[in-house]
Amino acid sequence: MPEQRVVDADYLLLEAPRERKFITGAQAMAEAVKRANVDIAIAYPITPQSEVMHLVGDLWAQGYLKDYYRAEEEYGAMSAIAGAVRGGARAFSATSGPGLLRGLEAIASWPGHRIPAVLGVLTRVVNAPLSIQPDNVEIAYLLHSGVVVLHAENQQDVFDFTLASFVISEKVDVYIPIAVCTEGFFVTHAKGYVHMTPEDMKLPPRDPYKAPVPPTDCEIPPARIQRDAPVQKSNFMSYLIHAVWQQEVWASNIRAMKYIYKYLGGPIEVVNPDAEVFIVASGCAAAQGREAVRYAQLEGLNVGLVKVKSIRPFPEKEIRQVLSKAKAVIVPEHNIVGWLAKEVKAVIPNNDIVIGGPRVYGGMTLPVELIMEKVYDAFGIKKAKKVVV
Amino acid sequence: MGLEYVRISPGFEKYMPKDYVDLVQYGQFGREVDVQQLGQFKELVEEHPMCAGCFMAYFIRIFYAALPKPEDTIVIGTAGCARLALSQAAVPFIYGNYGDTNAVASGLKRALSIRFPDKVKDVVVIAGDGGLIDIGFGMTMHSWFRREKFTTIMVDNEVYGNTGGQESGMSPKGVQLKMAPKGKQFDKINAVELAKTAGCVYVAKLAPTNPKRIAKTVRRAILAARHFGPTFIHAYTSCNIEYSIPTEKVLEDARKREKQDFGFYEWMTDEVKEFFEEIERKPEEVKA
Repeated sequence: MPEQRVVDADYLLLEAPRERKFITGAQAMAEAVKRANVDIAIAYPITPQSEVMHLVGDLWAQGYLKDYYRAEEEYGAMSAIAGAVRGGARAFSATSGPGLLRGLEAIASWPGHRIPAVLGVLTRVVNAPLSIQPDNVEIAYLLHSGVVVLHAENQQDVFDFTLASFVISEKVDVYIPIAVCTEGFFVTHAKGYVHMTPEDMKLPPRDPYKAPVPPTDCEIPPARIQRDAPVQKSNFMSYLIHAVWQQEVWASNIRAMKYIYKYLGGPIEVVNPDAEVFIVASGCAAAQGREAVRYAQLEGLNVGLVKVKSIRPFPEKEIRQVLSKAKAVIVPEHNIVGWLAKEVKAVIPNNDIVIGGPRVYGGMTLPVELIMEKVYDAFGIKKAKKVVV
Repeated sequence: MGLEYVRISPGFEKYMPKDYVDLVQYGQFGREVDVQQLGQFKELVEEHPMCAGCFMAYFIRIFYAALPKPEDTIVIGTAGCARLALSQAAVPFIYGNYGDTNAVASGLKRALSIRFPDKVKDVVVIAGDGGLIDIGFGMTMHSWFRREKFTTIMVDNEVYGNTGGQESGMSPKGVQLKMAPKGKQFDKINAVELAKTAGCVYVAKLAPTNPKRIAKTVRRAILAARHFGPTFIHAYTSCNIEYSIPTEKVLEDARKREKQDFGFYEWMTDEVKEFFEEIERKPEEVKA
């Protein structure tokens, strides 16, 4: 392994030279971990995530990480992450679909425990009949956990989001975990061009004392001695403690937004901001939405794209502003429940313009033609008039 | 850092709670205490909300007095009766999700080993029979298979006390409890044998009737874990509420169970045995 020198986080993320490589999404996530100065990674296999944690295991074998092990199952893996981060280490894990749900109780407790960890979520089907195919319905379950949720469109996003997440999650005014989601297989097992920072540079190590909640390591005053009973039933004070703490966790989630602007260029990307009809999409659906915008241009239709990078915190103001003059909003998704359409509907006043769909699930691809059908509908164009499709 | 973190910053003495000042001045941080001196030093746990006559509370009190290095010890617990006292002791306490103690302890111990390779940081799990042998069974076993260097203490009250008296895997066969309306259908799980098979280097089982023996067992389990691998103590700590044991009969019950099925049992690897023979040798023997 090349000797890695610690460089300033802002330099590494914003200024360091980049080299272009043609790699899979799983490789992109591991390459980010390689540059993140991670202390410990804890793995549990599930398709299509396994590839990521195989590669991270190799990084440990090469000496990039100090510890790595295969846990007993996802609940054990996510609980161990909580233990490692409380002990002051920088930690990483990744999971997929049913694995995420199995570990969700532990994951949902991370923000309240103020655990700054990074979790890769390489999505797959969770509901029966079971399949290993990509489908991102699992993100719906993450949305109310308090975790910051980023949704990557492609291999480049996976690299950028993962590396930046280690920095953002450890900011004192954030200090909650970040999930970097992307569609399994479509991104994890497919190659794309990724501009990466040099592999001989890494982030500064985690400073666990620069924190709103100190690590549990018997090192620093004041000793973390609990004199009050923990939250429990039939205790008026416990309701209050829980309520106040949850408000702080969600406020932390919102405070992540300024760093999403700084390191990821903002929570949304807008293509053709003066459009009449917008496609609002995240993850792989954004790539298909981008292609639909190109089709629409060829046909002389004024269509724009809002790619949503950050699902939590949700870019309410930004989306409201971009869509303020839209005639119609199309939300294509890789899941049956339409969680993104619901999020968009919840933040714009005239939400009857939102067309929830097209939706594909169970791992089906999302043909541009499906999105174009909604575009034609939005413009009132009859099928016979179609030119490109 | 050890003792440094429990010291009071100069000038703040008069503003600190009396409890804290007493702990620093008269507590067991930084010095060896003997459980027979209980009452003569400021204890790490004093007030707690556990039921009157709770034998588990008594065991936890002795446990804290027996810690070899309380200023560098972290205790991990789970939902259940034990954490009511554990969370009120003057030792850092982590309360995770139900049953996840041994997974959290695995991550914590490894992180401490990464960050402080040259320091002793003891991690001890204290959880009930439900947390360790039912819902947390897989995590308990796998922490042992992985040879994680921390101590697991099961305070076995043979019931889910905190949720109102449901049977657990450690309840004796035939006993009628909530969720076992016709009596428990299978035998008490043999946790000690499982621990030995799964790779613990030191295993003990006891009915905590003898404070000096409890202290010695706790101390041995922690020291063996520090140097060699996982260790396990199975302690009978009756639930006087759910099993209707009158408060004044709690000790009598423990003695009865000690004779029946909780006779003191201790097992360790040869390596651990040699270690204790070395460190527990009397000073005069060492001189000779």
